[in-house]
Amino acid sequence: MMKRDQALQTLAEHIPDAIVVAVYQSAFDWMKIRPHPLNYVCTGAMGQASSHALGLALGMPHERIVVLDGDGSLLMNLGSLVTIGSLRPRNLLHFVSHNGIYEVNGRYPIPGGRAIHFDRIAREAGYAHTCSFSDLAELKKEIKNLLSVPGPVFVSLHVEAGNEYPRDYVAIHSAQSRDAFRTAVRQRIPRR
Amino acid sequence: MATAKRSESSPNAPLRGGSLIQALKQSRVEVVAALPDIVTCDAVLWPISSDADFTLVPVCKEDEGVSICAALSYCDKRAVLLLQHTGFLDSINAIRSIAVEYQLPVVMIIGLQGLEPGRQPIESQRLGIRILEPICAAMGLSYKILTRDSHARVVRQGIDWAYEHSQPMALMIATTPE
Repeated sequence: MMKRDQALQTLAEHIPDAIVVAVYQSAFDWMKIRPHPLNYVCTGAMGQASSHALGLALGMPHERIVVLDGDGSLLMNLGSLVTIGSLRPRNLLHFVSHNGIYEVNGRYPIPGGRAIHFDRIAREAGYAHTCSFSDLAELKKEIKNLLSVPGPVFVSLHVEAGNEYPRDYVAIHSAQSRDAFRTAVRQRIPRR
Repeated sequence: MATAKRSESSPNAPLRGGSLIQALKQSRVEVVAALPDIVTCDAVLWPISSDADFTLVPVCKEDEGVSICAALSYCDKRAVLLLQHTGFLDSINAIRSIAVEYQLPVVMIIGLQGLEPGRQPIESQRLGIRILEPICAAMGLSYKILTRDSHARVVRQGIDWAYEHSQPMALMIATTPE
């Protein structure tokens, strides 16, 4: 089983400055692994990461939008898979860290635990490319390909917690994070 | 017997879907996230679905639309969310956090399905409608109630205000547009 932070570190090496929407423990890990103003961590309500990402994918069609979702979070917004699968934004890459628990909410099991096949759900919902990984070496081997195929791409990462990272709730709800993102993303808008 | 003829320019003419859509265009709205609402479906959603000036994003649940509109605002693109009042109630947590607390220009066009003709929402016999204004007031969410065609300008003003001040706005459609 992969450690989540190792999987995210692998991803970070390939997307040093992409727009990344991240939630909860994935966000806490990611902010330390890849601190960047283009980290979109103020998603507000649980489950909404994929919908924020879809908005960004529509608003910034020339940019790759990466989502670092959680399994419990995605269960709260499974319909978004169909919304995304219907619109099929080519620039959206959706990762879910599947550990089978609400990690930041008492480590209680999610419904379905580890038995759910999120990648299969995403495939049936219309994602262009779906896959899952539980082995870090396999992920390292495939990551370049995942970042090059037309989206929407869905990747289920079967993980367990890695190193501990501070749960910086202030950052993920802060006006400073939102302002920094707004400034950074608008610098990426092509001049008309 | 004289037949009353309604003038479309009359200040009391009923709200028309075409006027509302025109207001969206004048406010430079590019994206419409929507779940079908019986109040606005025929006169607003269906025409938008075939209007090349808009990108329509059909969502499965209304809170998706809250997030989509919020995210688009960072990209300097204007959007609105078309929804029924029940969807507004269902999405309160997303609206509370993403739109209100984050101070983002999420503009919601809310059909008040079942509002009795001639009544204000606060006077409705329907609990789901009667509580809308108090909920908005409790959250500090600005709102407008639209009934007449002349209110189309309120749509434009509401959208422009929301984006200029980075604040959410609820535009409640109290009568079925023609």
